[in-house]
Amino acid sequence: MTKQVFRSFASVLAVSASLFATQVWAKSDITIAMQLEPPHLDPTSAAAQAIDSVVYTNIFEGLTRFMGDGSVVPGLAESWEISDDGKVYTFKLHDGVTFHDGNTMDAEDVKFSLDRARSEDSANAQKALFDGIESVEVVDPLTVKVTLSEPNGNFLFNLAWGDAVIVASESIENIKTNPVGTGAFTFGEWVQGDSITLNRNPDYWGDQPALETATFKFISDPTAAFAAMMAEDIDVFDNFPAPENLPQFEADPRFQVLVGSTEGETILSTNNKMPPFDDIMVRQALAHAIDRQAIIDGAMFGYGTPIGTHFAPHNPAYVDLTGNSSYDPKKAAKLLADAGYADGFDTTLHLPPPSYARRGGEIVAAQLAEVGIQAEIINVEWAQWLETVFKGKDFGLTIVSHTEPMDIGIYARPDYYFQYDSTDFQALMDTLNSTTDPEERTRLMGEAQRLISSDYVNGYLFQLAKLGVAKAGVQGLWTNAPTAAIDLTQISWSE
Amino acid sequence: MSRNLILGACLSSLVLLAALVSFVWTPYDYAALNIPEKLQPPNAEHLFGTDHFGRDMFSMIMVGARTSIAVALVAVGIGMALGVPLGLAAAARKGSWLDEVIMRGNDLVFAFPSLVIAILITAVFGAGAINAIIAIGIFNIPVFARITRGAALSLWEREFILAARVSGKGAARISVEHILPNVANLLIVQGTIQFSLGILAEAGLSYVGLGAQPPTPSWGRMLADAQTMVSFAPHLALIPGLAIIITVLGLNLLGDGLRDWLDPRIRVARA
Repeated sequence: MTKQVFRSFASVLAVSASLFATQVWAKSDITIAMQLEPPHLDPTSAAAQAIDSVVYTNIFEGLTRFMGDGSVVPGLAESWEISDDGKVYTFKLHDGVTFHDGNTMDAEDVKFSLDRARSEDSANAQKALFDGIESVEVVDPLTVKVTLSEPNGNFLFNLAWGDAVIVASESIENIKTNPVGTGAFTFGEWVQGDSITLNRNPDYWGDQPALETATFKFISDPTAAFAAMMAEDIDVFDNFPAPENLPQFEADPRFQVLVGSTEGETILSTNNKMPPFDDIMVRQALAHAIDRQAIIDGAMFGYGTPIGTHFAPHNPAYVDLTGNSSYDPKKAAKLLADAGYADGFDTTLHLPPPSYARRGGEIVAAQLAEVGIQAEIINVEWAQWLETVFKGKDFGLTIVSHTEPMDIGIYARPDYYFQYDSTDFQALMDTLNSTTDPEERTRLMGEAQRLISSDYVNGYLFQLAKLGVAKAGVQGLWTNAPTAAIDLTQISWSE
Repeated sequence: MSRNLILGACLSSLVLLAALVSFVWTPYDYAALNIPEKLQPPNAEHLFGTDHFGRDMFSMIMVGARTSIAVALVAVGIGMALGVPLGLAAAARKGSWLDEVIMRGNDLVFAFPSLVIAILITAVFGAGAINAIIAIGIFNIPVFARITRGAALSLWEREFILAARVSGKGAARISVEHILPNVANLLIVQGTIQFSLGILAEAGLSYVGLGAQPPTPSWGRMLADAQTMVSFAPHLALIPGLAIIITVLGLNLLGDGLRDWLDPRIRVARA
């Protein structure tokens, strides 16, 4: 009896000692909040950004990867050689990489992943990334040879996407609920509607991360987000949904605010096939009727950079074309009159939930009303937006942020929801894809930007800012978002 | 007249006046954005300040009163127009299958939480003022049907109804000529209460984004929009909130006062 009491007393002591110990050393766990919960955890079969935010570089890795500054660096591929004609890429893989289930990652897995992504029945959301691949050959367990049908200057960039991560045939079946990758973190637990926990992978092939566990919490309501942050229930909010609250975080020494840029071109998408928007004069009138700065100030409280084309301003190849669609309501009214709509017309404006769309939409509708265009605001949830607007193409106007990196290529897809069908642009994209010379690529990208700007395909509003909020002691967070990702491997707590 | 009645009438007419005046005059255009002037606290130029788009809050509250009153009024109208005849019919045919069908139908509607069904209706048929009116209106039907039936049943036992029957009037004619005038005061009182509930329901639906759509101002949506800004622009939430409170309080006081005033028993007791 006495012995037993003593023993339990000792264990209590031990526990409190270990509690004490973790307080003395740097914190090794973190709670990161994001607005949307991922539908599942397979980045290779869905477009949902929330999936990449959780798994990219944490659970799954690709042959190459993005860094926080947007550069592409080696990932699972240690090095590569490109043949002189630019068509054959020979990748040398890292030795000793294992999946979380203990299986070795080798050339067979790379072949499996790439073949799966580009197959006929592939559910990959970005199949175009793999279009040019002719064959994938296993040379030896650590060497893979990828042959392209034509040279593709973007190939290494394409492989860095979350959609191109390496998965294993052994664990593919349950990837959506139990993702098994090669990354520095293993999947822990998913409490649906609340959080996902990841744990450090002790067998990771690279440097061990500072964090032991990370919890992703899903908070969609901006008011709840503000309350949770203020109460210090969460350590980081990846992209804070209410820009109006940022000055309060900035003024509070407990927090740091990281204002960066995303790849999100926020645009007033226009149904190019639906009259009257099939008339370029009407689209031009639309572009001149919109005051971008008012939208940035009113909807985003000043956070955001005006854009005049579908391209990220932080990209070196960006061309500032905002002057091409400057705010000029008189010109807009005149263009409308010339197009035969002197009295304006009625249309619809579908607005998904984020505040950039809901608030921006109210401002856009008011600005359009000034030139006689009556846009009926229809607030929709994301599921409804995907159904009616994205798939059904049953809309006049909508506001949405296109957050994929370097996605100007969507304008070459005539069946894409805004239905821009220009053979000139499609030819230009073909040339761009087969060009490897960096200077020539920059020139072609500039030309592409000018073409969609002068065709007034969509109303180009602003580049969405990334508004990160974190406790003061958190280090290593990405300020910008070159792709949807929360790279846990770099994060640590300062003392 | 009681103090309640006077206070209630004053508050209610204040709101009604604001709504009526807004048709011909508001200090500013309620939909005009003026982003450089956003988030001003109440001041001499903008009596209630400006919202996050620089719109004049005073004008928005005035036009919002219009939205609230229109939705609640039509919803109560639907409830009365359908509920009262149903109640009269049920009372006239007491105990028959018609009575059973009507009253069990009422129970069915009553059994569902009204706001949840309202959300369902607006979610299925789309958000908007019209669908909000229908959703709120449906839940007013059984309220009026029950009140009417209850009051009418006791009237059917009275001698003057017997006299009317003896003189050869049919059930329908008796209901309209003799029963209806005698339940009218009850209906007016209940109508006032339902009206205030309708305003609350409209604000609730707008708050979750299912009521009147922008740019039409609505008190509930103004509250929802203000949510993230409460900490630095409290007037954005306080003013529409107070508008709702004043309206609902006014209508409830008015309903209470009217009941006291119209109820003969209480009037006799007072005398």
